Amino acid sequence: MLAEIGQFLLGLALLTALCLSIIPLLGYFLKRKDWLLLARPLAYLLFILVFGAFLSLVWLFVVQDFSVAYVWRNSNTLLPLRYRISAVWGAHEGSMLLWVTIQALWVALVARFSQSLSHDRIGRVLAVLGWVSLGFLAFVVFTSNPFERLFPIPAEGVDLNPLLQDIGLIIHPPILYAGYVGLSVPYAIAIAALLGGDLDEKWIRWSRPWTNAAWAFLTLGIVLGSWWAYYELGWGGWWFWDPVENASFMPWLAATALIHVQAVSERRNAFRGWTVLLSILVFSLSVLGTFLVRSGILTSVHAFASDPERGTFVLALLGFYTGGGLLLYALRAHRIRSEPGFELSSRETLLLANSLIFLVATLTVLLGTLFPLVFDAFGKKISVGPPYFGLMFFLIMVPMVVLLPLGVMMRWHRDSFRRVIRLLLPPFVLTTVLTVIVWWLLNPLPLKALAGVYGGIWLLVNTLFAIFTEKGTLTRARLGMHLAHLGVAFFVFGVSMTEHTDFEKDLLMNPGESATFKGYTFTFEGVRRKRVENYLAEEGTFKVYQDNQLITILHPQKREYPRQQKPMTEAAIDPGVMRDIYISLGEQLNDQGGWSVRIYIKPFIRWMWGGGLLMMLGGLLAATDRRYKRHATAESRHLADQWLENNAQPISAGTTSKA
Amino acid sequence: MTPKRKKRLMVTLLIVLGVAAATALMTSAFRENILYYKSPSDIAEGNFPQQRSFRIGGMVKEGTFHKADDSLKVDFVITDYAKEVPVHYEGILPDLFREGQGVIAIGRMRPDGTFVAEEVLAKHDENYMPPEVAASLKKKPAADTAAPQESSQ
Repeated sequence: MLAEIGQFLLGLALLTALCLSIIPLLGYFLKRKDWLLLARPLAYLLFILVFGAFLSLVWLFVVQDFSVAYVWRNSNTLLPLRYRISAVWGAHEGSMLLWVTIQALWVALVARFSQSLSHDRIGRVLAVLGWVSLGFLAFVVFTSNPFERLFPIPAEGVDLNPLLQDIGLIIHPPILYAGYVGLSVPYAIAIAALLGGDLDEKWIRWSRPWTNAAWAFLTLGIVLGSWWAYYELGWGGWWFWDPVENASFMPWLAATALIHVQAVSERRNAFRGWTVLLSILVFSLSVLGTFLVRSGILTSVHAFASDPERGTFVLALLGFYTGGGLLLYALRAHRIRSEPGFELSSRETLLLANSLIFLVATLTVLLGTLFPLVFDAFGKKISVGPPYFGLMFFLIMVPMVVLLPLGVMMRWHRDSFRRVIRLLLPPFVLTTVLTVIVWWLLNPLPLKALAGVYGGIWLLVNTLFAIFTEKGTLTRARLGMHLAHLGVAFFVFGVSMTEHTDFEKDLLMNPGESATFKGYTFTFEGVRRKRVENYLAEEGTFKVYQDNQLITILHPQKREYPRQQKPMTEAAIDPGVMRDIYISLGEQLNDQGGWSVRIYIKPFIRWMWGGGLLMMLGGLLAATDRRYKRHATAESRHLADQWLENNAQPISAGTTSKA
Repeated sequence: MTPKRKKRLMVTLLIVLGVAAATALMTSAFRENILYYKSPSDIAEGNFPQQRSFRIGGMVKEGTFHKADDSLKVDFVITDYAKEVPVHYEGILPDLFREGQGVIAIGRMRPDGTFVAEEVLAKHDENYMPPEVAASLKKKPAADTAAPQESSQ
């Protein structure tokens, strides 16, 4: 019964999305205020319906209703409750339902926190968001229905993939989707502004906190994913340049460019068209990512059941949102008047350089991800691996790191490079001194690691320097920016150290044997079997000594889940500020209880994720700046409503609308 | 030229230069870092990169897997049911490595005709067969009847 209710609610949601996508737009073009006013209630209704459908699926999992095919496939009676709930988004159909639920939540939030916008504006924005919801709801209803029934009803379910039975999977997808889907808000704002041809600084100012929030969630989602892969996949990597990872990374890179270009277009009448174009691009990349992940055309560790029909559907959506957006841009671009009133040596130029750098990075990832497909069409099988991406990112990020403090220090409109370079001289000297000290402490360091250390310290010193000189006048937006830049500093430092100075060793260890690497002595005490919750584990015991002091005892596991044929590797990690010690078990190799063992020492890996978290916090802090609330006076709305009531004739393409 | 135009020209030039440099970099990074996929039949025909790593895929032949007792050295044979390649590897195999299962190995050919793997991959799904492996296995019956074709590198 509940499954039918869920299905019904989804159907109603689809209808509501259809209304939301049409009625306010008609209201706008026909000057019907009452129709425009329907946008908000429709948005709330949409969220209630979709959320209801989502809760139905959650409840079906809680009560283990195996008559629903999706529940049967991803759950069984042995599964603990917390994983039954997270199993809702453990496979394709349910994760798409989560996707549209979060989408609807964003729509409702936009409706709620848009008091400063005039009705004609918010009506348009919600209508565009309605189009987005409509497309993805249709995708769920027509190709990926999670409520499909099974007959006869099986007595027992299959299982949730053991890799996903983990706290990381409970939180990673919702956060990641919140970011992914949130990028539809700046898209909707850009499209709404194009529709009305009234792109002004208010639109952009209003778009900024939403863009920041979505970007912050995306950042957190990616960090969580990386952390999860690190401890759960058992092989010590934190980023694999896997197509699915790339799918989330591309919108992140483009959104980073967008955030920076918005900083220009909000204050100054420049780069407005570029802002709109980037907003369209960012959301297109997030739909492209969905396509890559859901169509199964690329090989990836994220094995969603692939289905050509689904791929085609998402491709059609991509064509519609991107093509429609670009077409509209082409038709309306002449209305966007930007005056490039700035000198070459100005903050604007450096922020333009930022766009360029991040777009090249996006392109690099895009090509690396899509090229195997292109080659495949010519009958050649290739794969593009970490060496390509690693090299490219090193080269691309060098100018980013060098120029970042310049962009922060440079004044708007007109400045001189000489003044800024003179300002940057003391930090430069300090950076060099500190790098030499670090080099002396951590010697030996490979050249690439040293470059990264230099870059990290350069950003750290400059950002602290900037905070110090600006203290007293710091707004939340400015502080948020500095915080995010500190995050970049920690990230650059952490990545360079982890990637270039880590230690990895596969070896055979018999019980009682010891091995010493990098000053740590590992003693293997053997493996014993034990039963935990819904799996059997073979658990190894390793004592780790440093300077003859016991520092930790680690218990890596090899797990067997009864309904799966494959064992699972569960690494044991001793986390630390300066280094992680990471041990995972291979397999038993001989009758004396000897096992193959992999030992990692990962220096400063936590700094990298910490950097990501700082970036996220910075993004969120900036989104709460008073500037975005201050203009939330009723005044602008009131004026616009008056205009709406006084203007009798419909807007034709020729009239410029000015509130 | 007005100063405004001059400025625009400068900005455009900068962008063009940046994009050109990036493209050049990308292409060269690409050429050096892509990995070709080859099947045992390709290798039998001598169609594989001599000086660099590539990927080889196929099924692990039943009864060919040997591991040492006192080290992590393993040997096995990869087959596409037409040709075979012996593979040598030292390290931990993925959880899903089994005889009769599809695998992909990354490494180089030794002059004696043994493939020395740096990495062995098997997917985290028991029903999974790497698409390249599936494709090259599917191709085989046709290739057996037809005359061996010259394939260009």
